[in-house]
Amino acid sequence: MAEKEMVDIYLLGKRYTVPASLTIMDAMEYAGYQLVRGCGCRSGFCGACATIYRIKGQKELKVCLSCQTKVEDGMYLAQLPFFPGDKREYNLDELKPTADVMKQLYPEIYSCIGCNACTKACPQELKVMQYIAFAQRGDFEKCAHASFDCVSCGICASRCPAQITHYQVGLLARRLTGKYLAPETGYLTDRVREIEQGEHDQALAEMMDKSADEMKALYNTRDIEK
Amino acid sequence: MFTAEMRELIKKVEATRTQRLGTAFPRMSPEEKDEVLKAYHPDYRESGFRALSLGVNRGDKVPVELADLLEANSRLAGQPLDLSRPAYDVDVLIVGGGGAGAAAALEATARGAKVLVVTKLRLGDANTVMAEGGIQGADKPDDSPALHYLDVMGGGHYTNKKELAAALVKDGPGAIKWLNDLGVMFDKEKDGTMVTTHGGGTSRKRMHAAADYTGAEIMRVLRDEVQNRRIEAIDFSPAVELILDADGKAAGAVLLNLETQEYLVARAKTVILATGGAGRLHYQGFPTSNHYGATADGLVLGYRVGAELVFADTIQYHPTGVAYPAQIFGALVTEKVRSLGATPLNIDGEQFVYHLETRDVAAAAIIRECYGRNKGIQTPTEGQGVWLDTPLIEMIHGEGTIEKRLPGMLRMYRKFGIDLRKDPILVYPTLHYQNGGLLIDEHGRTSIPNLYVAGEAAGGIHGRNRLMGNSLLDIIVFGRRAGAHAGEACRNVRLKALTLDHVAKYQQALADSGVVTDRVSPLVLPHYTHGRHED
Ligand SMILES: Cc1cc2nc3c(=O)[nH]c(=O)nc-3n(C[C@H](O)[C@H](O)[C@H](O)COP(=O)(O)OP(=O)(O)OC[C@H]3O[C@@H](n4cnc5c(N)ncnc54)[C@H](O)[C@@H]3O)c2cc1C
Ligand code: FES
Repeated sequence: MAEKEMVDIYLLGKRYTVPASLTIMDAMEYAGYQLVRGCGCRSGFCGACATIYRIKGQKELKVCLSCQTKVEDGMYLAQLPFFPGDKREYNLDELKPTADVMKQLYPEIYSCIGCNACTKACPQELKVMQYIAFAQRGDFEKCAHASFDCVSCGICASRCPAQITHYQVGLLARRLTGKYLAPETGYLTDRVREIEQGEHDQALAEMMDKSADEMKALYNTRDIEK
Repeated sequence: MFTAEMRELIKKVEATRTQRLGTAFPRMSPEEKDEVLKAYHPDYRESGFRALSLGVNRGDKVPVELADLLEANSRLAGQPLDLSRPAYDVDVLIVGGGGAGAAAALEATARGAKVLVVTKLRLGDANTVMAEGGIQGADKPDDSPALHYLDVMGGGHYTNKKELAAALVKDGPGAIKWLNDLGVMFDKEKDGTMVTTHGGGTSRKRMHAAADYTGAEIMRVLRDEVQNRRIEAIDFSPAVELILDADGKAAGAVLLNLETQEYLVARAKTVILATGGAGRLHYQGFPTSNHYGATADGLVLGYRVGAELVFADTIQYHPTGVAYPAQIFGALVTEKVRSLGATPLNIDGEQFVYHLETRDVAAAAIIRECYGRNKGIQTPTEGQGVWLDTPLIEMIHGEGTIEKRLPGMLRMYRKFGIDLRKDPILVYPTLHYQNGGLLIDEHGRTSIPNLYVAGEAAGGIHGRNRLMGNSLLDIIVFGRRAGAHAGEACRNVRLKALTLDHVAKYQQALADSGVVTDRVSPLVLPHYTHGRHED
């Protein structure tokens, strides 16, 4: 096999030589760390692994998810394993999906200065500033869809000069949308009531009484929705 | 980015694509399925299992990596610990902050109980957040709990505990409604109809989804609600041993603060284990789709106090884990990719298995194609994979389908320079789900008084095989059931003095059964070096 290509990275300022093929997360482990913080799903879903880096010789600070990003030569890295973002408490049942909700719970969104640092930083490539603008206008459905792929890594909030906790705003908008703005599913409510009233008990009990052979016969001949 | 060799091979896939489109590949007969499973499914590989030499399941076979942890020393062996002054004293202690733990916490709190959630990583860093495909529930007019029951039992080869399967399907629509009312954004049509699809082994389209972020959407809503209800949740504090009281009832747990390495005692009237799966034990050397904390801790804790394991020898390997690029090796390629029409192909660009066979059969067929018939594609990590022809999806359903229905997949591959709309991807089975676990009843109770289990750590609901979408359902249904029951039951609990005698007894049993080892369990965190020591 060909020699492995290696690169130098700097973890908290210390240099380590690691295979170029690794993700930042794997490279930290290769370097000898046993990760405790900064590692969750290892698949880009949980946002535990937000990482800040700069490439040697360049000025720009970049942010990424370390489980989804390959190492590069000369990376200076630090993890952002915890972000002390502010979450407001609320009782969803008592809220109404009007713009007032945001004014009460997250008034700082109206101090957005339009710098777009949040959008530039988002590792999910979401239009963060745009979804905050939707929230400002009380257009929660749009905010919900535009923020849907958020993994709450907190990088946006860490870059915001207006102290906005964007990911919490998106979450609130999504919950309002899911509960109040999305069309109601009538048959779901009906089915739950039927079950509560015991309408399905007998059919289920009859199934449970069947022997394995009877079940097999039923199963193998059941009609399957196209 | 594909290597030059792979690029060459992709040409063969492209060459056969138009001709494959529209030609149906035959499903296997029951005999053919049996044959490929016995010859290639990892569950049939004897060397992967070992009979336990102590405890309730003595003599039963479990994966060797799990046996190693069950036949290991307690972290607390020889540790002096003062149990009389607990750091936490609550009604309900919930161990594990995934979907099952969060659902339990909400229900127990709703019943007035004082709840503490302790979890290994952060609240929500769990298998739940990774679930992509969807959640089942028999809510549509042409569906019913009885039909769902039939599918669950058939999928589990009729080995499931009937009462558990019945509870699962009966509570299904209620679980979907509960999530909907908490603000989970299910995919819906304009008239409120949920967008539902089939999963392997379903007779009705009852898979509800939130794009391919279903678990993430559920988890972030539940976490938010736990925080809104001011439920105390402590991160980075795994339980490393259960505590009993003088009557042998569950009475709390010993926690390890991962930052300070201190042990802390949590006393509780009832305890719910919701610690999830075991993928990070890498049975038989398989990569895994599971989160970093999936190390079967709950099974070890429960087993040490005498709770029974069921179906611990049945593991679900998902047929399509990422085989390449190496950076995301083992990560999941959701079943939805095949539901939408992508088919598995060998090195010659030929299909070799019907694309919607059940997971066990599809996984075995892929292993056979690679190692039985030598028709796999070599990857730079010394492994093999087969093609999954994703460009077919948009040929069938139209342009834009992938971006709309599989945004997570598209993004994951794009980060590594692969566009799955244009090129096929390389897949190989990945260790995905633990079908069995600690035996529960329909309220989540174990045979140990006041000890409950919910979620992937529990066993019996799915028998020997779980269907896609029934796990997200089970964590909600049984998380809620366990939380509700424990939240009520704690009122009548009078705790006696706390003890760790069972740990000493277990140590003695280890010695008596001739196990000599310096292994320590639970594992808590896996340890990876990515080949550093081989260099
Ligand atoms: C990639 C992927 C995709 C999936 N897709 C689907 C799907 O589409 N549909 C479906 O139905 N199912 C799916 N599943 C399965 C399903 O998501 C899981 O089985 C389910 O979410 C498990 O929930 P849980 O709450 O039991 O465990 P988890 O969500 O894993 O939560 C367990 C929690 O306990 C913590 N913990 C572990 N040990 C300890 C300890 N000692 N002390 C304290 N805390 C501890 C863990 O860190 C974790 O936070 C998928 C699973 C994976 C991995
Ligand atoms: S570890 Fe979950 S996003 Fe990286």
